[in-house]
Amino acid sequence: MPADTDHLGRPVVVVTGMGVLTSLGQGQADNWKALSNGISGIRRISRFPTEGLRTTIAGTVDFVSVPEPSAPALSERLAELVIDEAVAEAAIGRPGDFPGPLFLALPPVELEWTQRFELAAASGANEAVTYDDLIRAAHNGSFDRYYSRFLFASVGEALADRFGTKGSPVATSTACASGGTAIQLGVEAIRRGETDAALVVGTDSSVNPESLVRFSLLGALSTRNNPPSSASRPFSKDREGFVMAEGAGALVLESLASARARGAKVLGVVEGCGEVADGFHRTRSSPDGKPIIACIRNALADAGLVPDDIDYINAHGTGTPENDKMEWIGVSAVFGERAGSVPLSSNKSMIGHTLTAAGAVEAIFTLLTIRSGLLPPTINYDVPDPALPADCVPNVARPASVRHAISNSFGFGGQNVCVVLGSGE
Amino acid sequence: MAHERDALITGIGIASCLGSGIDAHWAALNDFSPVLDTDSFPPFAVHPLAPLDLDQQIPKRGDQRQMEGWQRLGVFTAGLALESAGVKGNTDLLSRMGMIVAAGGGERDCAVDEAILSGYRKAPDPGAYLNEHLLGDLRPTLFLAQLSNLLAGNISIVHGVTGSSRTFMGEEASGADAVRIACARIAARQVDIMLVGGSYNAHRPDFLLLIEMGKLLRRAPFDPVWARQASGGGIILGSLGCFLVIESRAHAAARGAAPYARIAAVRTDRCRRRPGEATANARAQLETMAGQYDPATTAVISGATGAPAATLEEKSFLSDLGLPVRASVTAFGSAAEPQVPASLALAALSIRKGLLFPPLEAAEQTMTAPPKQVLVTSWGHWRGEALALVTEA
Repeated sequence: MPADTDHLGRPVVVVTGMGVLTSLGQGQADNWKALSNGISGIRRISRFPTEGLRTTIAGTVDFVSVPEPSAPALSERLAELVIDEAVAEAAIGRPGDFPGPLFLALPPVELEWTQRFELAAASGANEAVTYDDLIRAAHNGSFDRYYSRFLFASVGEALADRFGTKGSPVATSTACASGGTAIQLGVEAIRRGETDAALVVGTDSSVNPESLVRFSLLGALSTRNNPPSSASRPFSKDREGFVMAEGAGALVLESLASARARGAKVLGVVEGCGEVADGFHRTRSSPDGKPIIACIRNALADAGLVPDDIDYINAHGTGTPENDKMEWIGVSAVFGERAGSVPLSSNKSMIGHTLTAAGAVEAIFTLLTIRSGLLPPTINYDVPDPALPADCVPNVARPASVRHAISNSFGFGGQNVCVVLGSGE
Repeated sequence: MAHERDALITGIGIASCLGSGIDAHWAALNDFSPVLDTDSFPPFAVHPLAPLDLDQQIPKRGDQRQMEGWQRLGVFTAGLALESAGVKGNTDLLSRMGMIVAAGGGERDCAVDEAILSGYRKAPDPGAYLNEHLLGDLRPTLFLAQLSNLLAGNISIVHGVTGSSRTFMGEEASGADAVRIACARIAARQVDIMLVGGSYNAHRPDFLLLIEMGKLLRRAPFDPVWARQASGGGIILGSLGCFLVIESRAHAAARGAAPYARIAAVRTDRCRRRPGEATANARAQLETMAGQYDPATTAVISGATGAPAATLEEKSFLSDLGLPVRASVTAFGSAAEPQVPASLALAALSIRKGLLFPPLEAAEQTMTAPPKQVLVTSWGHWRGEALALVTEA
């Protein structure tokens, strides 16, 4: 039986419950089955008209609906579903009474076009519509529900109300590293002894016209619309961008001592977290890869491990030319001669890039990889890129014994987070 | 009792309608008259940002161009804070410095929004019209001004703070949680020195719209926050940027930094805001400070927003305490994310100066004795209650 404290005398943090939802389906079982079989969840966008758009595909979650759709409303609903699954698996607390804080990775919230058009119509302005008209309409009409819906606190507060998490819910955004940051916040809180348990959630349901266009204007998205399943091709030489996607992941984190005391099943250990910000550029990594290298090394040091201990890398692997190149530079520097033989695969080849949720969703898939002894593949790996001689588990899943793995998350704004996950055995 | 892991404020950067920097603020607070812009958004007022010499803190014009107003304000005040702490340009230290930024969303291109709203209903195919104009009219780099975490990103780029970078979202509460977690990380030896703060640009019709959907914006007369409650209350937004450098006593001592004050405690919580619930939270928070909190020499910097229900309830809670109170919102407006860092800045300044600045309105009582402690309250305009205790270093 492992000790309750780690190599630095801190409480060991374990995972006792997980919930996940992506375009591949709801729940660990359905997602893992699809991932193991190399199935893509990317599809043609049906939620809104795509006339004139360069990218018309995404990993949308089309099987969940809410009464008044918006990114925060859908993100909240996805979060509820994954929390239900995670809390049930952990069998922790009582319904509506989770014994710890909430750390929530959430996409930035703002009023959307649906609501702007509604306000514009309510304003009665006939020709030019101005913000003055919208503000007048807001004053004269009944839009209270949009006031609370489009505050940044809204999703965290609603989840805290529903699940009874303790204290002020912390909503975080570190762009595409947000899920990793939320895990890190939970791990740190438990290590400080502030709490025995924490609920960590990453959720993102922001496939709407403006979000899609914003990424498109930055040239970040794949435009390989036909067939949609072929668009996300991490590490392949003909990769050309990522595919926006929706999803959510929830993890119940607990101190090992607490899990043991209540007889909870341990699903895995969060052995370490590393983080380094990159001050080079708003969207590009430092060309020498130093921040990514330092981030992975910090995570390994935090876990008390060395590169040789790592059996699998769950790549950030977005499928943009830049990300995959920089990730390989980082991995090859840290792992040296071994780099090409440590399996490194990208879940995003199948589920797309779940953005804010990615760090949480992919940490869960990493734990499922460890538990199942099966490495999920990188699909659409058709044209090897000689510049990236990684073993990306091409196209077909493969059995392997994994004791320790890392999951990388990198985001705009120089955000780099690496989480080390272990079997606990 | 001094402890090496105490969290000390060693740097303050602030800009608002009252000016730029702590000296300008201290002078303005000691000779207070409200600074309001009633012309830009009639019938509403906002507290406008004082002119800033951006080149001082953001020397590259290219960097300035890559940002929108809220980011320039935040990066500017982050630079002031680093300068005030004496760590600006200290590459090695900044690469170890942690950062938590409390942020909302960035500016929209309001002209594009209005053009789309005007054309949409007349368009033969509204969906295609929206796509065409978003794709054609949005500036590609605007996205990078809108992402919440790109204030932190710009601080990393301009000032080189790279030890860690986390952005919290959630109006007033996010600023309080940012400070709380920064202090907890310092106490637990997870980090030695942190940069914490945020910025808010009130000169944005989209923010006025958001608040007015809750029918919370104040119309004339634009009274100070306590007096305002007699005629229905309401929020007057203000542009505000504030960053604090917070570090362990040991780290500050080792580099010979002079602290402004100590953050002895930060508590944050939430409730559904049924009557009395926020008060119960505040009382419980104060209870946890028993043993540290000494009412004899304490003042209060309140973050009451003006939103009527919460402000009236907080007013009653504060009058039970019977301490001299100053409402930071009267000074520079309601500003969501940076409100708590800025209230802490006023608290730390008052302690360092040994003087609470004079009442900002008739309802506030004078304090002649030097404040040894300051309680900082923040009850968000929608949710979230925070209480902090600032003491002499």
